[in-house]
Amino acid sequence: MIINHPLLGPRDSQEFVYLGDAALIHRPDGMAEGALDKFIDYTYLRDNPAGTHRELWYHEQGDRSWLVVTRNTVTHEITAVELARDVARTEGRSK
Amino acid sequence: MSRISGGQIDRSKTLRFSFDGVSYNGHPGDTLASALLANNVRLMGRSFKYHRPRGVISAGSEEPNAIVELRTGARQEPNTRATVIELFDGLSAQSQNRWPSLKFDAMAINDRLSPFFAAGFYYKTFMWPAAFWEKIYEPIIRRAAGLGSLSKQDDPDDYDKGFLHCDLLIIGAGPAGLSAALTAGRAGARVILADEDFCMGGRLNAETLEIGGVAGADWAAKTVLELAALPNVRLMTRTTVIGAFDHGIYGAVERVSDHLAQPLPGKPRQILWRIYTARAILAAGATERPIAFENNDRPGIMLAGALRAYANRWGVAVGEKVAVFTNNDDGLRTVSDLKAKGLDVTLIDARKGDEVIDSAGRLGLKSITVRRGNGQTETLQVSALGVSGGWNPNLNIASNHRGRPIWDDSIAAFLPAPESIAGLSCVGAAAGAMSTHAALTTGAEQAVAILADLGIKASADVPKAEDAPLNLSPAWYVHSGKGRAWVDQQNDVTVKDVKLAKQEGFVSVEHLKRYTTLGMATDQGKTGNVLGLAVMAELTGKTIPQTGTTIYRPPYTPVAMGALGGRARGHDFKPTRHAPSHKWATEQGAIFVEVGYWLRAQWLPRPGETTWRQSVDREVLQTRKSAGICDVTTLGKIDIQGTDAGLFLDRVYANTFGSLAVGKVRYGLMLREDGMVMDDGTTARMGQNEYVMTTTTANAVPVFRHLEYCRQVLWPDLDVQLISTTEAWAQYSVAGPNARKLLEKLVDQDISDAAFPYMACGNITVQGTRARLFRISFSGERAYEIAVPTRYGDAMIRALVEAGREFDAVVYGTEALGVMRVEKGHVAGNELNGQSSALNMGLGKMVSRKKDSIGMVLSQREGMTAPNGYRLVGVKPVNPSDALTAGAHFLAKGAEAVAANDGGWLTSVVYSPHLGHSIGLGYLKSGDNRKGERMRSVNLLAKTDVEVEIISPHFFDPEGERLRG
Repeated sequence: MIINHPLLGPRDSQEFVYLGDAALIHRPDGMAEGALDKFIDYTYLRDNPAGTHRELWYHEQGDRSWLVVTRNTVTHEITAVELARDVARTEGRSK
Repeated sequence: MSRISGGQIDRSKTLRFSFDGVSYNGHPGDTLASALLANNVRLMGRSFKYHRPRGVISAGSEEPNAIVELRTGARQEPNTRATVIELFDGLSAQSQNRWPSLKFDAMAINDRLSPFFAAGFYYKTFMWPAAFWEKIYEPIIRRAAGLGSLSKQDDPDDYDKGFLHCDLLIIGAGPAGLSAALTAGRAGARVILADEDFCMGGRLNAETLEIGGVAGADWAAKTVLELAALPNVRLMTRTTVIGAFDHGIYGAVERVSDHLAQPLPGKPRQILWRIYTARAILAAGATERPIAFENNDRPGIMLAGALRAYANRWGVAVGEKVAVFTNNDDGLRTVSDLKAKGLDVTLIDARKGDEVIDSAGRLGLKSITVRRGNGQTETLQVSALGVSGGWNPNLNIASNHRGRPIWDDSIAAFLPAPESIAGLSCVGAAAGAMSTHAALTTGAEQAVAILADLGIKASADVPKAEDAPLNLSPAWYVHSGKGRAWVDQQNDVTVKDVKLAKQEGFVSVEHLKRYTTLGMATDQGKTGNVLGLAVMAELTGKTIPQTGTTIYRPPYTPVAMGALGGRARGHDFKPTRHAPSHKWATEQGAIFVEVGYWLRAQWLPRPGETTWRQSVDREVLQTRKSAGICDVTTLGKIDIQGTDAGLFLDRVYANTFGSLAVGKVRYGLMLREDGMVMDDGTTARMGQNEYVMTTTTANAVPVFRHLEYCRQVLWPDLDVQLISTTEAWAQYSVAGPNARKLLEKLVDQDISDAAFPYMACGNITVQGTRARLFRISFSGERAYEIAVPTRYGDAMIRALVEAGREFDAVVYGTEALGVMRVEKGHVAGNELNGQSSALNMGLGKMVSRKKDSIGMVLSQREGMTAPNGYRLVGVKPVNPSDALTAGAHFLAKGAEAVAANDGGWLTSVVYSPHLGHSIGLGYLKSGDNRKGERMRSVNLLAKTDVEVEIISPHFFDPEGERLRG
């Protein structure tokens, strides 16, 4: 597969390490009320779609960027590649 | 000799080769198959199951029968197809799957026993007793039904991997591929044209057809010359494109040296290419398929197109008297071409109701029985029969992404579905365009269309060529007789087997394949699959597309494991990392151990020491008595900087770091989000916003990846920067009562206990060179770790050893390191097993609940906090002379050694030279409340059963007085 890195252009997927569902961005607050249940969902429950999937890839043999790759799990078509940092900020993550 | 005139062989040169020990002559341009046929050798192998005599049936990579062991010694290669082995001088090949000889094969008794060997025979027969399967049945069956044999020697050749990029990859250099390449090449596109043959041209080399008024083969040669002169075109012969992968990536194997006795010096045998393409064209042609009839597998019976190819390309007549059995007009070409060569040819046209119903000839075809449309039968004395049941487009690669082929009644074959693979277009016979004109036209037109997409202007210039229709009338198998008619010759699958599969309910193509083995092994059913499907369709009264389709996975043809491995084998299988003291340690005769990619000194024997224990005991005792030096460079080192670095550490470590003072070091425990321990190490605060983290050797890379994840994905606005400095600093531990005195000789600063107390850190200099000093201890001794830039690593170990001479300091390896850490009860790799929590390790109190950190919440889960969970304990044998065994399980005294009684296990075991006996760390259920208890430690594999006492894991200096000094 080829991942079109937003900073570096098309790179072979062998340069990357795969993590999984980009929903991991939304880590609950460990100090909040009811944190235990939220963390169990966060850590263990994943959607496993046959189709479009947003997932985290790490450019380990490259610039160390974490990326959010939108990939069709059936066809492997990649429709978007974004810096995970930008996505996380857009989705409300900060410090 | 059955050489006839013509062909693309160089008769001015003679090549000597041998088959089964007999010498023959051939010519450059021959394949092993053509050269054997030219020498009247029709019998080339024995079949897989029935050991039937077999000869060549094809002239290409689809060959199911003529598979041989090529070469001898370490280069011996089993299951190579004689049809694609390029002849070289000195070639040596042996037939396979026969004993004692090809002409007399004892296992041919299987053929007589064939009623017992039908599909599913093994499953049905060797069911009972079950225990016999692995030890008795399977080895016997494997020996009897084997193909070639391995040399069992190391492969002496090199294999390379390469990477190529192009606008357009064209797979196959027949008329369609050449036409596409010429169109794209002339337009200036970056083109790669790959063909599995050693001579480009595809079927043009095997035909007498003309293109633009010249012989097809000559047109191909002229076109190749023009392409070779274009700098934007790369021609790759002897190169098989093995599969289509994602996003326009294709794999290809180039057989650089297989046409030579052995590779030229410095050259690889093969290269596995990864070809990155903007677009690709599949112009792989078509493969002829047989018609099944009784005893259709004798040497001399072959595909009609192959019979013609041997005559036209290689100047070989397989017999003076031949017959052709066809259901289409292409078969008529074989008749006219062979007649033109002066042979006696009889046509049996299935479209007129004529059929071949049987054949005779024990080791090669002698006669065929023909039943004419009027019902009369006759016997024809022939030594060769060409059979044509039509042509199947070579759509294999187009179905690599599961694109289902589409049935086309006009040629009675499957066509690749459009858009089967993004960016791939099919042309020529591979797309069902069967005439030469259609091949040239589709090739050129597709190239023009693709280049237009890529913004390159091109025009099609197609020469004149024949455009005759195939006129095929489907005929799959001859309904006659009770004998066997082969569908898949490589796997000995007959029409009867397909019938049996249907009878027993294995009707779907996937079941048919697995029940009968149709389409398996080296040829992957290239000649047999569609035929098998057609037989099943007829039996079930369905159409072929209703019955199913066959799709193909890579590789297109078999690939040597060596090509997939490339250079990554033996010593080069993985990188080797050397620690900065490696050269010095090698000079000392150190014994090394692999730790990940690193080689670390395991122990450093001195003269007179004959066992590893003597060396390790000395290293431990001398370190604790005076001083010891150890290379700890391999531990991960990560510089962490930024105004939020402290906050970041509080998030990634379970314990508190915000309060760490500048110039101080703290032990840190890192959890995964699920609450299990991920890693541990120390982090030093070198400045206000500057920290240095260490990780275990094994986790240096995963921890760094995890920290980047936390920084970029979880908390993107933290002001924190990371860089791995593992390889930037050479780091040595100096431990023992004289450690400070030793270091004082080298460092430029005051490191007295007042100035540099326990857990201090700082930037210092060593004789003017910048360095880092940490007062941390893994051994339990007063200890320091000193880091200098890596390029001074070798000088530093020599300086440390020199400075240590007056203290009789030792350099110790990983074994002594391990002994000392177990004596101190520190956890390491064996305890950090990914299934253990801080509480398990006796470090539960370190997990701060006053702040949010990775893993904090889930470490409080029910089950993780159960009081009867595993806890780290120390273990010693009740009888000091008993040795403990790592991995042994704890059992109550008198309890049976079964899983239900399992109390936990010994994780780490060492011999403590201070205590004079074996000691261990382990995880024991409720271990924190069981000190003083006596149990058994049982290892059923090592057959040990030792009475042990559970004690504190801190065997040595439990109050830590020594390390504070």
